[in-house]
Amino acid sequence: MKILVAVKRVVDYNVKVRVKADNSGVDLANVKMSMNPFCEIAVEEAVRLKEKGVASEIVVVSIGPTAAQEQLRTALALGADRAVLVESSEELNSLAVAKLLKAVVDKEQPQLVILGKQAIDSDNNQTGQMLGALTGFAQGTFASKVEVSGDKVNVEREIDGGAQTVALNLPAIVTTDLRLNEPRYASLPNIMKAKKKPLEVLTPDALGVTTTSTVKTLKVEAPAARSAGIKVKSVAELVEKLKNEAKVI
Amino acid sequence: MTILVIAEHNNAVLAAATLNTVAAAKAIGGDIHVLVAGAGCAAIGEAAAKIEGVSKVLVADDAAYANQLPENVAPLIADLAKDYSHVLAAATTNGKNFLPRVAAKLDVDQISEIIAVESPDTFKRPIYAGNAIATVQSSAAIKVITVRATGFDPVNAEGGSAAVEQVSGTGDAGVSSFVGEELAKSDRPELTAAKIVVSGGRGMQNGDNFKHLYSLADKLGAAVGASRAAVDAGFVPNDMQVGQTGKIVAPQLYIAVGISGAIQHLAGMKDSKVIVAINKDEEAPIFQVADYGLVGDLFEILPELEELV
Repeated sequence: MKILVAVKRVVDYNVKVRVKADNSGVDLANVKMSMNPFCEIAVEEAVRLKEKGVASEIVVVSIGPTAAQEQLRTALALGADRAVLVESSEELNSLAVAKLLKAVVDKEQPQLVILGKQAIDSDNNQTGQMLGALTGFAQGTFASKVEVSGDKVNVEREIDGGAQTVALNLPAIVTTDLRLNEPRYASLPNIMKAKKKPLEVLTPDALGVTTTSTVKTLKVEAPAARSAGIKVKSVAELVEKLKNEAKVI
Repeated sequence: MTILVIAEHNNAVLAAATLNTVAAAKAIGGDIHVLVAGAGCAAIGEAAAKIEGVSKVLVADDAAYANQLPENVAPLIADLAKDYSHVLAAATTNGKNFLPRVAAKLDVDQISEIIAVESPDTFKRPIYAGNAIATVQSSAAIKVITVRATGFDPVNAEGGSAAVEQVSGTGDAGVSSFVGEELAKSDRPELTAAKIVVSGGRGMQNGDNFKHLYSLADKLGAAVGASRAAVDAGFVPNDMQVGQTGKIVAPQLYIAVGISGAIQHLAGMKDSKVIVAINKDEEAPIFQVADYGLVGDLFEILPELEELV
């Protein structure tokens, strides 16, 4: 079985982002970039399925700038077999990304597509579900467990208040939640080997996809700051303040 | 302008998040219709008809919609959406699951987790885990939007008398099926709807010690939450997690016990009206957002607090 994994290059999750003074966006100059954490989990799950003998080939794809080749090389070092970059210097919305991924799915014909549930920059949580609509594939979002058996995949999903399990016909789409697995680190020999693995570069034009958007960002601001209050000396003082000052109990 | 709000429910109870979503629809302005897609959900349709400000309720009652599998409900919603200017759903795990599928079927972008309505086509939403707020404008013919419940005060569940109409869709797409569900059982209020939330962090030391929080919560009529550190340490199940990767809450009172205040946790609770922090480390970042801070041993403070409230 062939697995397609989609990854995104985003600001590293340890970076505290700052809004630009002109409110046009967040400042990404000289900021460390990494693979989106949910995408790392997606790569790890695909590699585990290959190690179990369920998957035969892992193709990793990214939609993004030339520099996203770094994240693709990371995925190759973690165990993906080959990579595809659909190069675009524009910031694309989820629907445009889903359309580009649909074109790659048509070309590659994977049985399973694994994506992160959301990117930690735009926080959209849309691409996997949109790819589901465009391909007609079933979707298992927010996955905490993935089990392939025969022509179906069972996905345990994290939902409000607990967990839900669904059975999906293959081919299918899975989006990862945090507890699906703990991604490994790439070893030095594997990082060296990854440099020789194939990486194909495509363009939206070559795939015949237009990437226009109906949403534009007017401005980006820092959230309202919350200021520190007071320290109370005792439990009695705390309860008195909550009852008489804040009036919340 | 007519707005379609997708009801959040489990065929037995209409979820409170629906009322916040209707509030967002009210802020946009125009007629508000509610779609109830489910199985054996006539009672939900009746409940939705009573929501303040709703003028019509559509009920799609079909076994295929019982668990709101996105493969089955998205075609139904996309079909109905053609008559509307906006389609809104709560940004619950359920709404987040099916609505992007609807947007893609309509060939429009979706706007996720709005927290404010600026005008019928302009909205505010958090990005970068709430570290920035974007104002976005949509030129789509049908605006498809998920609503973060904490951004909008709920409308009244009573007072309306909307007409109820039956609708039908294409039913089962035949590519997915529901296998089972395991929901945490609790008599306490639901985390995202509770007026008071008591949360524990790594400072609780183990799962057993959460009993101190449960008894305090029961006295206050509060829900109990946890930080990601407490969940990852295995103290409590992950559906109790408050934070960017867990539940987003904004109660009247949030009591953080033994929680240091990582950015990821603050993103989930910083919109609470009053925040109380109890921690033995007076340098803990949680004190920078707390209205009332108390430095000390939580195992001494909790019994005293339970006694005095």
